[in-house]
Amino acid sequence: MASQEIDTLASALARLPGLGPRSARRAVLWLVKRRTGALLQLISALETVRDTLVECDICANVDTQNPCGICADPKRDRHSLCVVEDVADLWALDRARLFTGRYHVLGGKLSALEGVRPEDLNIAALIERVSDRDGDNRVDEVVLAMNATLEGQTTAHYIAERLENLPIRLTQLAHGLPVGGELDYLDEGTLAQALRARRPMAG
Amino acid sequence: MVHLAVGRYPLNCMALDRISLSRFRNHEATALDGTRQFNLLVGENGAGKTNVLEALSLLSPGRGLRSARLAEMAGNGGPGGFAIGASLIAGDAEDLIRIGTYTEPDRPNRRLVKVNGASTTAASLGEWLAIGWLTPAMERLFTDSAGARRRFLDRMVLAVEPGHASVAARYEHALRERNRLLAEEARPEAEWLEALEAQMARQGAALMQQRASIISAVGAELALLPDEPFARPSLAYDTQVPFGEEALRDALRVGRPRDRAAARSLTGPHRDDLLVTIAGRGVPAAMGSTGEQKALLIAMSLAHAVLAARGRPGLLLLDEVAAHLDPLRRRTLFNRLRTSGAQVWLTGTEIAPFEHIRAEAAIWRVEGGRVERIS
Repeated sequence: MASQEIDTLASALARLPGLGPRSARRAVLWLVKRRTGALLQLISALETVRDTLVECDICANVDTQNPCGICADPKRDRHSLCVVEDVADLWALDRARLFTGRYHVLGGKLSALEGVRPEDLNIAALIERVSDRDGDNRVDEVVLAMNATLEGQTTAHYIAERLENLPIRLTQLAHGLPVGGELDYLDEGTLAQALRARRPMAG
Repeated sequence: MVHLAVGRYPLNCMALDRISLSRFRNHEATALDGTRQFNLLVGENGAGKTNVLEALSLLSPGRGLRSARLAEMAGNGGPGGFAIGASLIAGDAEDLIRIGTYTEPDRPNRRLVKVNGASTTAASLGEWLAIGWLTPAMERLFTDSAGARRRFLDRMVLAVEPGHASVAARYEHALRERNRLLAEEARPEAEWLEALEAQMARQGAALMQQRASIISAVGAELALLPDEPFARPSLAYDTQVPFGEEALRDALRVGRPRDRAAARSLTGPHRDDLLVTIAGRGVPAAMGSTGEQKALLIAMSLAHAVLAARGRPGLLLLDEVAAHLDPLRRRTLFNRLRTSGAQVWLTGTEIAPFEHIRAEAAIWRVEGGRVERIS
């Protein structure tokens, strides 16, 4: 049987998303065999992250600098802002490198049932950010990139209501036909949404 | 291929045959072969007749006619896990499709499905078969709560529009969110309510549209039937809110103070009802006799089964359907079933009420989880 120390490591790893006891034990064995190589690298990487990880004061992204790399990047469009639920969504969007503006992370979604209220989310800061009409960072467009879940859409709608009176262009990610999707295989809800969001053919 | 005589089913009819139940409830190993259009299971209470119907109902998406948990269905005393298999046959009996659903002992709540040996989803069973059923538990429908009739209505929609489930779930979710806000001590934030009502209006309008169209479609089927001797139902959609997303959203906004006072949503399609009256007499279904109520329910179920089948092979599972019906109405029922083209599975405690179809039916005696072909 494994020692107490190895058990402790395995159960700490098992709690990571996507792992579990079996994968954790496998990872521990793998690390134990590479204690001078991969294990040391992992320890040092973890320490660096622990020592330097901060939440960005502007957008609530997680980075090792504050403001974060995205907010500090002068090549980014300062007038365009994309609002997302979580850091994971920001990273997903930024991986695609299609959005050239900056982000705003809410840190969750509205849910009366789960007790998540507007004041629990990063909404006041968003309104403040968008309300600043004089500075260099004047926001002209806000893209709402909430998930297509009920709570996500409720949150998007709520923010739209709150930003209603500001002179900005308010847009939302399109919902509907996935790229490469075949109509025959789509559920009716998705089809209805795609039909509702149809638009004129360009050119 | 064997025990199938061509022409025993109506033309173009497809049906199930070579049915097997393994470790399913009280059926350790049950085989039903040589099915016909009418299939009758006779036996005492608790013999396992309804279990056969339940097994067949699991060849469609969903939880079957008892809405029971899968783990409950695995036979007692065995290693756990059950299996149900059947062949879908076309008229010439050459074109066999084998469908099956089963659970495994280590994951008793996970339903697995195979069609022609390949794994697929439970939802895809709906592409092969349309299965409708009627059980004694459903007979209280007209005297039951509006909620029970609404669920019945939604099940009718679901059989025709699989997308209904997600619309209904999203509506329900938004409704619970709104109710929570309304019940809070502090005055709910208007923008938040507005956002939830927008979701409720979108999903709710779709929900109402689907309900209204199934009622009118079933109603159109029923309108073709005579008023006698089988009481004919006339259906109407009872809703207190207007149709259309915008109108529903306005209604929710207007209803806010009242809903706030009640601390829950009194406005919306979650309070709709299905009104059923006896056609020609204008009497509410709940005022009809037990037999009339049963006749109304059967007529609705048959009309819906025709719609839901949409060209797919239809299967009707009628549990204890002959009880409460007089001989004339039973005969009318059997004639209607015969012309429907669906394969029909009936249960009863004795053969006598089925005398009219005795010669043409496949009959099994069910006892203690075993079946024996007797005719």
